[in-house]
Amino acid sequence: MKVEEKLLRNFYRINQTPHIELARELCLSCELKPCTRICPAGLYSLNDKGEVTVEYSGCLECGSCSVVCPKGAIKWSYPRGGYGVQYRFG
Amino acid sequence: MDIVIVGGGLAGLSTAYGLAREGLEVIVIERGDHPGSKNMTGGRLYLEPLKRFYPELWEEAPFERWVTKERITLISGQKAVTLEYSNPELLGHSATVLRSHLDKWLSEKVQEAGAFVIPQKKAVDLIWDGDRVVGVNVEGEELPSKVVVIADGVLSFIGQKAGLRTPLTPEKLALGYKEVIRIGEEEVQRRFNLEENQGLAHLFFGSLTKGHFGGAFLYTNRDTLSLGIVIGLAGAANSKDMNAPELIEEFKARSEIAPLIEGGEILEYSAHLIPEGALDCVKGLYGNGVLLVGDAAGFTINHGFTVRGMDLALLSGLAASKAVLYAFKRSDFSKNTLSFYIECLKEYGIWKEIYKFRKNSKILSSTTRLYTEYPKWVCNLVGDLFFVNAGGREKLRSILWKHLKDVLWDLRLWKDLWKLKEL
Repeated sequence: MKVEEKLLRNFYRINQTPHIELARELCLSCELKPCTRICPAGLYSLNDKGEVTVEYSGCLECGSCSVVCPKGAIKWSYPRGGYGVQYRFG
Repeated sequence: MDIVIVGGGLAGLSTAYGLAREGLEVIVIERGDHPGSKNMTGGRLYLEPLKRFYPELWEEAPFERWVTKERITLISGQKAVTLEYSNPELLGHSATVLRSHLDKWLSEKVQEAGAFVIPQKKAVDLIWDGDRVVGVNVEGEELPSKVVVIADGVLSFIGQKAGLRTPLTPEKLALGYKEVIRIGEEEVQRRFNLEENQGLAHLFFGSLTKGHFGGAFLYTNRDTLSLGIVIGLAGAANSKDMNAPELIEEFKARSEIAPLIEGGEILEYSAHLIPEGALDCVKGLYGNGVLLVGDAAGFTINHGFTVRGMDLALLSGLAASKAVLYAFKRSDFSKNTLSFYIECLKEYGIWKEIYKFRKNSKILSSTTRLYTEYPKWVCNLVGDLFFVNAGGREKLRSILWKHLKDVLWDLRLWKDLWKLKEL
């Protein structure tokens, strides 16, 4: 099963304000781009221009992306109280 | 308010329970819809360390199954060798749990004891008076407090603000992620050969993590399975063939796993970091008006075959509540007085454990042959023992010698064993 389909099984309350911000300049200078492989939700991908983009609404809130980012380009915080993923099993 | 606790996981709730039953005013700030809604575990809770301190609670806790069967599988490519230990007398020793249910239940107990649990609110900063913490900023609202207990988990943004945490680096962290798959209660019992209430804990090591620190797990819940992967962030980040979403699909496709989850319905997909670095995650456990508990304090122990965190979270919460009570009796919330926390951690039996095993994850992550050569060696040896050649089989001594002769003279094996004996 594709990871996008798995995320549809989760319950989210989506905040209109993203809790993840990318510093695009820094991303462009990054060779490894570990975020595109490590994010368990597969939220990071490259667009046509080769830039990293992130789909924050499916975030599982583990925080791995910002820890592995070698450029410190991922500004990541928890979503506002009551928003984001709400695990029903955990 | 007497005490504000940041985070309604097991550590924060346990702290609140210890304080509320002594009549202190306690508020727990939880950013999810309810405690547990931002948490996940593999996972299993070990109960023996807790029974002495929480005798009344665990009779009615929403546990999934008692683990009476342990399996460990070593994987090398398509091959696998499994060790199984079963003992029906292990009822009551450890339980499989789902955090959204367990934490919610504990929060109800905590509220019955008199604490306030405020959901859907995120603590964003601490309030300082000089070098003393005197409250918490909750989304712009200031909550003054004599003591702040930081229980905000592995990333501990508030612990960072308190200056008690070391920087988050990949070396100190592992990523755990899993699927909760419903196959039905009868199928759980049939597929895993379990009686009602009995459960299985199954860990997997070897080539599935592509040579890096980590493994896979499968726990049986009442009518679901928790199936997932743990990978060390340092190894995974630098390896171009490591892709987290693909890794779990590769694992599920294995011949040992696919039939066990066949027809199952994925109910949820979750992820969380694990503070493998233990005490390396913190600079200190207490400050003026502030204490760290649970994952925020780095309280985890990884032995490879057993992994602990939730029991330590619960115990550290009780230890913290005792230290805070001690400070209240003296009306002194200074760092000096709160250093009594270490004595409390000793009393609750976790300080010694955490200190003794503080290097475990370094040992496990640096011994990379555990994920490559050793499972391969075991699989090849066992494979030869069970294989019948057309031309006849070798004597046992020849088979053993064939496999042992290379490894026994390999100095790296003895170096690894020397390290691993400390686990």
